[in-house]
Amino acid sequence: MSDMVKGNHAFAEAAVRAGARFYAGYPITPSTEIMEYLSTRMEEVGGVFIQAENEGASMNILTGASASGVRCFTASSSVGMTLKQEAISHMADSDLPFLAFNVVRYGNGLGTLDTGQSDYHRDTRGGGSGDYRCIVLAPYSIPEAVELISVGFDLSDQYLVGTIIHTEAALGQMMEPCDMPEMKTVERRFGAIDGTYSHKRISPLTRNRLEEAVEMKERYERIKANEQRWESEYVEDADYVLVAYGLAGRSVIGAVKQLREEGHKVGYIRPITLWPYPEKAFEAVNPEVKGYISVEENATGQMVDDIALTLKKTSQASKDVFALTYAYGVPAMKKIKADFIRITKGEIKEVY
Amino acid sequence: MAVAKKIPSILSKQISFCPGCGHGVVVRLIAECIEEMKQEKNSIINVGVGCYSLMTPSVEIDRFDSLHGRGAAISTGFKRANPDTLVISYQGDGDAYSIGIGESVSAAYRNENITVITVNNTNYGMTGGQMSATTMPGQKTTTSPLGRNCQTTGMPMKFPEMIASSFPEVAYVARGSVTKPAYVNKLKGYIKNAFEAQMNGEGYSLIEVLSPCPTNWGMSPVESHERVNGEIEAYYPLGEFKLREEK
Repeated sequence: MSDMVKGNHAFAEAAVRAGARFYAGYPITPSTEIMEYLSTRMEEVGGVFIQAENEGASMNILTGASASGVRCFTASSSVGMTLKQEAISHMADSDLPFLAFNVVRYGNGLGTLDTGQSDYHRDTRGGGSGDYRCIVLAPYSIPEAVELISVGFDLSDQYLVGTIIHTEAALGQMMEPCDMPEMKTVERRFGAIDGTYSHKRISPLTRNRLEEAVEMKERYERIKANEQRWESEYVEDADYVLVAYGLAGRSVIGAVKQLREEGHKVGYIRPITLWPYPEKAFEAVNPEVKGYISVEENATGQMVDDIALTLKKTSQASKDVFALTYAYGVPAMKKIKADFIRITKGEIKEVY
Repeated sequence: MAVAKKIPSILSKQISFCPGCGHGVVVRLIAECIEEMKQEKNSIINVGVGCYSLMTPSVEIDRFDSLHGRGAAISTGFKRANPDTLVISYQGDGDAYSIGIGESVSAAYRNENITVITVNNTNYGMTGGQMSATTMPGQKTTTSPLGRNCQTTGMPMKFPEMIASSFPEVAYVARGSVTKPAYVNKLKGYIKNAFEAQMNGEGYSLIEVLSPCPTNWGMSPVESHERVNGEIEAYYPLGEFKLREEK
């Protein structure tokens, strides 16, 4: 049996194993154990660890590291990620890859210290000013997070975009059995800034931003076409499909299995990429499905919008879309099942 | 004997600053120092946001366009990723002392082995002459049209003095000017000292440069230089505030 490991410690070690040797961050609950772990681990592997003066500065420090072609990452939580957005937008403008953990805590402003999924809109829409996206990966277990961290770094390098590991307080704080991958070594990115002036550098005065915008859009289309990830089950004959990610997705899987055993024709889609949204998952759903149910750890319902947009795109716009929103905490299977029954009885109105 | 002054090879084309502006002199001195130290293929200049962004197409070394005020943090990333490379953060007073004061102080506090060069022209030049942290008492700007009232806006900030007194372990701190030939020669010595300190691993170095901004001050180039030599130099004394130590 694998060793039990705390989520945040596993995330940090997985990033090191993925070849990242540069970390800058600022403490914030519930992500702090990531940087505590790295404060000694980076030294052991000959990497750089910087505790910056705030989250924004840590992201700007990463900007210099990434422009230097070094595999680099940071970790924070919700309001801390807000402070990084200026730099994240700047990195997008300079096509600089990075990986950031958002160990989400529920709430607005300072928020709470409890688990939640309140940053869906922010993280899937870029987050800062401008016209960009980051790849957003949402693990539902510690082993899956460990796998996605290496994938995320590679995708960032391949497409020259940032990757957000969009996880949540409970996953960062809980323990699970988890095996660690082998240590990887990665080369510096070709042509990066290292002082040797190997390549001519762009200037704000000589850039062709129109051409760049077209290229960026094409790159994003390739990401949408090639990088959608999800898990789904029982959707071919489903009357209702429940859609949820992260730990809410884990609860939904359990709830759907029990509902199936109780005779309800339900299925589930668990998005693993939140951006690009796994639109392809919806193509396999029973054409006679009565409705989709978004299950989210927030009050207002955020991912429900993407489900509706996806249905519009896959010619299912007439289908009802519901949202079961739980602010905050991971919804229990019992609660999801009870609320599903209320939907079938018409007691909960559709959102779209 | 006549001395031929060659344009440094890393300056590829003319940079169009306003007549009388000091940025051209500072960029030229940086380029001369890099060339004399043979660091053309071992330097990174991280350029902040201000009129000096105009230099970027012309400076032929590794170069990055910083976010406004974030120069010291981004330069920290460059230096930690390239520890043997000369890393220069080029900023203005608005960039380094107002929006970027947190990053500027924190890099000095960590004693990052980088060189920060701040060109102080007592206003925000690029946006058309607004009041900055170094605007002089009574100085008229577009956001202090009646003259800076220091009772409500504070006194002009003396960043080099603050760093040298608060963080005595930093390598080197000086303030120079571009308004007289003797000053230019002295400033070049300061810049070279800072670069040598950095390449020698001595720690953080800071050079502030007093520079005229005739366009936004509504003065001729000559008048603007006289203002620097008089009122501004009286408040902002030239010289070295932290000397290098033997290491």
